Amino acid sequence: MGEAVIGGALFMCAALSTLVTVGIVVVLVGETLVFFRDVPVVEFLTGTEWTPLFAEKNFGVLPLLSGSLLVAIGASVISLPIGLLTAVCLSEFASERVRGVLKPALEILAGIPTVVYGYFALTFITPLIQVLVPSTGTFNALSASIVVGIMIVPTVASLSEDAIRAVPLSLRAGALSLGATRMEVSTRVVLPAALSGIIASFILGISRAIGETMAVTIAAGALPQITANPFEAVQTMTAYIVQVSLGDTPTGTVEYRTIFAVGFALFVITLMMNLASQLFLDRYRERYQ
Amino acid sequence: MSRERAPAGSEHTSPTPSDPTGATRALGASLPNDRRRRRLGTVFLGVCFVATSIGAITLMVLLVDVFLDGIGQLDPEFLGNYASRFADRAGIRAPLFGTFWILLLTGAISFPLSVGAAVYLEEYAPKNWITRIIQVNIANLAGVPSIVYGILGLAVFVRWMGLGRSLIAGALTLSILILPVIIMAAQEAIRAVPDSIRQAAYGLGATRWQVTRRQVLPMAMPGILTGTILALSRAVGETAPLIMIGALSFIAFTPQGLTDQFTVLPLQIYSWISRPGEDFHAIAAAAIIVLLALLLAMNAVAIVLRNRFGRVRSN
Repeated sequence: MGEAVIGGALFMCAALSTLVTVGIVVVLVGETLVFFRDVPVVEFLTGTEWTPLFAEKNFGVLPLLSGSLLVAIGASVISLPIGLLTAVCLSEFASERVRGVLKPALEILAGIPTVVYGYFALTFITPLIQVLVPSTGTFNALSASIVVGIMIVPTVASLSEDAIRAVPLSLRAGALSLGATRMEVSTRVVLPAALSGIIASFILGISRAIGETMAVTIAAGALPQITANPFEAVQTMTAYIVQVSLGDTPTGTVEYRTIFAVGFALFVITLMMNLASQLFLDRYRERYQ
Repeated sequence: MSRERAPAGSEHTSPTPSDPTGATRALGASLPNDRRRRRLGTVFLGVCFVATSIGAITLMVLLVDVFLDGIGQLDPEFLGNYASRFADRAGIRAPLFGTFWILLLTGAISFPLSVGAAVYLEEYAPKNWITRIIQVNIANLAGVPSIVYGILGLAVFVRWMGLGRSLIAGALTLSILILPVIIMAAQEAIRAVPDSIRQAAYGLGATRWQVTRRQVLPMAMPGILTGTILALSRAVGETAPLIMIGALSFIAFTPQGLTDQFTVLPLQIYSWISRPGEDFHAIAAAAIIVLLALLLAMNAVAIVLRNRFGRVRSN
């Protein structure tokens, strides 16, 4: 009897995680449906003005999406090459001693709270950018991109490294014995073989960048606009949600429900990317494990 | 050979039937080309190391920057005072207490639930579609942005359950945020326990729960604890979900019970950063030093546990 009770209790613990997902979906979908009673779906998805908190309200999510994308693209430009090269270095070239220093450094980098990155962006990176480009404002997408990029280097590096390490040694030995240099082994044998795992790490890194909240709230500003200029202030989806929950918007109004609609959009985008990343991961695991 | 005519950077030659990879042609390369390939290899190695050190260098710059900004403000008064409108009188008493409360509560809530889930998935679960769904779901939850958990916490704990902006609402929100992280770490630790141990215990007539509690869990515990501490250090550094549940407000008291309002270090830091003025930035930096010191201490404990874990496994 006792055994069955324990088994049941343990099952409840595991099932709880499914309940969390159900809860997220129910809350987001429920409130978003109510939101769409007041705001047409088409206006939300295609509108180019986002001013729900102004007297004249516009509910086009594209400026927020563009802000998130601008920061995510900037962050990818920094983190994808650095993360990948770090992974190559750690798995192919670094001695045990160098690894012993670099791995913990990356782990610490991954463990630093995002609000600290925000502080670093605002008080160190932005002044530095202003020295180089004096017209840059206090809040700008570039500064946010740089810290978010640094923040996701550990994610990209550690997942890529796993993929690279899963490539059988025999492939490397074969190429080396045919006279290839170590660079040729890395770039033409190991990287192509680990490609699906590397792509998985890239997608996951970009998804992290889109979901990042505090650093972009602090450094990128609160100006929803469609721009490709990284020296200007933007507002990301996450930063908007923070802005509303900090303000005194009365609950139950359409302005307030925007956070659920934007949150739902954010959830869908990151979920798609995470699932895609999982697909690529499964592919390389199938091949080598 | 053909590779000498190839433009720089595209040394790859198309494979032929007798030479499927084009690699034997590389062997026949002439001497100057050989030297170029080697030089390119050295450059690549350099680029790799430079790229790798960027992470470490940024970490150093960040730490030094925060330290220089904040060390002047860090004194016993700063730790003992409440927040204030005046930067020179402000302290972190309330957020420091709040952080310890959140740490304890979140640990107390998330640890048993996560370990229970991990034990179920590794030791009890039948291999069927329900188990698969639970497993895939946990992996996906780990990738949900933390602010979405904040929205969930706001809707479910603060409003629906009527817990308000209380400690318990914050702890519950952070608990479900780190649940998948601890579950996955615990699963890995449980998986590392050799099967022979289980077989031996079953052979002696032990029940499933006896095997789990007396054999598997004790062996997996250091790994589980390491994962839990690392997940808790993430919870301690989280800001966005707690902003969502409305915890960012002026708090000049320490919480006495589960339903009290609270603030934590990251929230106080954010509140100071978002004010204009050098002096508030300086006390933000001082609070960051305290936060990082706390995280460092937690990580040190995790590393000690991990090293012990390694020894247990090699014996």
